[in-house]
Amino acid sequence: MMLQASPMADPLLKVENLVVEYIVSGKTVHAVSDVSLDIARGETLGLVGESGCGKSTLGRAVLQLRRAQSGKVLFDGNDLTAMGGDPLRKMRQRVQLIFQDPIASLNPRRRIGDIVAEPLVIAGIKDPEKRQKMVSDVLTAVGLDPALVMGRLPHEFSGGQCQRICIARALVLNPDFIICDEPVSALDVSIRAQILNLLEEMKARYGLTLLFIAHDLAVVKAVSDRVAVMYLGRLCEVAPSEQLFARPAHPYTALLIEAIPVPDPDMRPAEAVSVGEPPSPIAPPSGCRFRTRCPRADARCAAEVPELRAVAPRQYAACHHPLI
Amino acid sequence: MATLELTLEEEIQAQPAKRGRRLGLLFWAAIGWIVLVFAFAIFADVLPLPSPTDMDMLDRRAAFSAAHWLGTDGLGRDELSRLIYGARISLVVGLCAPIIGLVFGGALGMLAGYFRGRFEAILAGSMDVLLAFPPLVLVLAVIAFVGQSIFNLTLILGVLSIPASMRVARAATLTLSRREFVIAAQALGASHARILLRELLPNVMLPLFAFFLLGVAVIIVVEGALSFLGLGVPPPISSWGSMIGEGRESLDIAPRLAFLPAAAMFLTVLSFNLVGDTLRALTDPRQGAL
Amino acid sequence: MNKALLSVEDVVVDLPTPRGNLRAVDRVNLALGPGQTLGVVGESGCGKTMLSRAILQLLPKKAKLSGRVMFDGQDLASLDPEALRKLRGRSLAVVFQDPMTSLNPVLTIGTQLMETLQEHLELDVSAARKRSVELLAAVGIPAPEQRLMQYPHQLSGGMRQRVAIAIALSCEPKLLIADEPTTALDVTIQAQILDLLAREQRRRHMAMILITHDLGVVAGRTDEVAVMYAGRVVERAPTPALFKKMRMPYTEALLAAIPKLDAAPHTVLPAISGRPPDPTRPIKGCSFSPRCRYAVARCHGEKPELTEAETPAHQFACFHPIETPVAVPS
Repeated sequence: MMLQASPMADPLLKVENLVVEYIVSGKTVHAVSDVSLDIARGETLGLVGESGCGKSTLGRAVLQLRRAQSGKVLFDGNDLTAMGGDPLRKMRQRVQLIFQDPIASLNPRRRIGDIVAEPLVIAGIKDPEKRQKMVSDVLTAVGLDPALVMGRLPHEFSGGQCQRICIARALVLNPDFIICDEPVSALDVSIRAQILNLLEEMKARYGLTLLFIAHDLAVVKAVSDRVAVMYLGRLCEVAPSEQLFARPAHPYTALLIEAIPVPDPDMRPAEAVSVGEPPSPIAPPSGCRFRTRCPRADARCAAEVPELRAVAPRQYAACHHPLI
Repeated sequence: MATLELTLEEEIQAQPAKRGRRLGLLFWAAIGWIVLVFAFAIFADVLPLPSPTDMDMLDRRAAFSAAHWLGTDGLGRDELSRLIYGARISLVVGLCAPIIGLVFGGALGMLAGYFRGRFEAILAGSMDVLLAFPPLVLVLAVIAFVGQSIFNLTLILGVLSIPASMRVARAATLTLSRREFVIAAQALGASHARILLRELLPNVMLPLFAFFLLGVAVIIVVEGALSFLGLGVPPPISSWGSMIGEGRESLDIAPRLAFLPAAAMFLTVLSFNLVGDTLRALTDPRQGAL
Repeated sequence: MNKALLSVEDVVVDLPTPRGNLRAVDRVNLALGPGQTLGVVGESGCGKTMLSRAILQLLPKKAKLSGRVMFDGQDLASLDPEALRKLRGRSLAVVFQDPMTSLNPVLTIGTQLMETLQEHLELDVSAARKRSVELLAAVGIPAPEQRLMQYPHQLSGGMRQRVAIAIALSCEPKLLIADEPTTALDVTIQAQILDLLAREQRRRHMAMILITHDLGVVAGRTDEVAVMYAGRVVERAPTPALFKKMRMPYTEALLAAIPKLDAAPHTVLPAISGRPPDPTRPIKGCSFSPRCRYAVARCHGEKPELTEAETPAHQFACFHPIETPVAVPS
């Protein structure tokens, strides 16, 4: 049985042994394999990994947009995996999602005012004036002038502005929990910083809990309290941000950290150890999935799946030969 | 306070969503012709025209004159009047049949593209069966069974238009369903009906409508062909197709009897094609991109 | 002093659009010697892609190019299409951002590699095939013989980009333009691809222009960096000088906006307010002035020209540059 990474008293979100698989042209893709984690109230958990690691799938599975094969997702004590229909819809109002491509997240044929009001309509708020006020308030909160913005169509805005609108839409119902799926990857560098600052501000103002999914470690570190690293459907390491970056326990975490381009000309990047490409999630390696690229791998790694266990206070790694 | 968008105001005010770019002269000429044909067809009864059925046996195949602007046909009936009344038939069948296709095919296509799974498989299969049927044989069989009338003709042609519209709607819905704004709506807890009507339909409407106009052009020709063969609208109702058929006999003496209705049909079909094509090009989502 | 292999002189690219004339590239000057690497850094809309197209003479039909692009002693704009075609692929190569669209999806990898070799080097089929296998191995693709028969969609993003690089390098070009070659790739693959480019460049003594939006990518891998904003080069310097003694506030802001690994979490990032200007509506005065925290009245009225800093190699365009050297966090 997997040890819960940082077992906590009353987590807002509790994911237990989640397995998500889907079929692509006859083959099974093991997108998420037996992942368990907790997120405390008011915390930002960063979820980091490269493409194909299953982090986006995990985010969607938490929201039940993709049904898991097995496992449970408990939100504030309610089992989302066992819910359907109306109760699930009501729960959804407390959990929102922000996507990677801000322009594609907005219906090109609807006006911004309608788009941001949509959650209110679905939630059953009938009074149009009340809705208008709530939309105005939230648009102002994200730094846009409602009078200028509400009557326009999405294609009139830039990527950064669209992302603000998406954040506004996510906030309008005052949710408890927001899953951010690569919210700044598609934006320019100078806009990224704006949006990250905005998210932090909104988190403080609305008292949010965040699950921040990204492939950029530096971005994740900037906003997260704790970071979870995923590789090919499994969690490799979970630790508080500073700790993870100062002393990574899992070799994959170390590899990710080394690969980040540092804007300092004196640091000539070390010749990256050519460790090849990540294997496909259709046929993941047996035992530890990272072993094909790991310099420390041995026979045990091929035979036994490593479990997440504590390697330092509050730091958990799934590795037979951790770095610490 | 989060950084405000400083330059938002002046930029937004300077660029109203510019849609009507370079719609050329040809496009407007096509619109003009369509409007003209529609006007004549609708107001045919009010116009000071000789009756299309009055036969003047003494004045058959007459040339252009003051009394008969476009002359008379083989049975002495006024050609211009027949053309205008013929426009009615072409337009009624040409519009109603594709509308049936649009409504039913569009709805089925959207449902298939959204729900996928077994429902889509069955639907796509049935459409393939319908498409595989030689349409002419089907039309003949049905007409022979239920009788020749405008209503029956429109109905059967409408049914035959369903698969094509269904395909367009399904393709558009498939692409759109994957886009994040649909998933965002699902994440908000919107019901399926709401997603289909509020999120998908406004986006699917445009390509479907452009396709519809092309369908109108096709149906006008199909109706014309059937009437030419004598299998379309029953006499004495005249349509452009039947007029072409009748004009066949007089090709050596008075070729205009065949060419005038053919020209009318040609211009109308061309106009619908042009408008449909332009609309299809305009609905290409890559507009305003630099 | 190396005789310049590539010399871009006062290049201007104008694009007519329904909204008015768009000046995508505004009087850019660059020079590159053999074996050198130039990094061109900027965000979307700054004109860096248009600049690379201008160098390659691959601008869209409606675009108007003025100025000179001298490559290996020849003015590229004056060459006829046939001569240009011989140059491209042979002496002048490109690697684009998205290998899925820069490789032909319906042709095998082998076909795409061999056609370049056969066309430019006039090799016969078996020689081309042998050379293709060597090239694929050189770029680090395992089992190269099998790969020749595969299609682009059967390979991962990193592999496809390696193939694109192999095609670019196949005829031993003198200059390679890499337009955001790793933006679409994962960070571990990014490092591998950049290393590959650096290695091949050293081996072949090839000049390279590395276009990116990421200052981190150019830091350790270029000799010189040019920062572009709104179609102009706003700062140009040898790489160490740029990072240690940057003058242009935009460069400083760009560097500061990158989240640093050694910063504590939840620190507020110094963000640049506003967004990059709309190129169809040129701003009077310095293009960066609406967003610049050092801007004074002169900046809004007059456009600054490139002036020299301590050394002629370091140039910047600013009336109110940062004077004190910036400490670069290590």
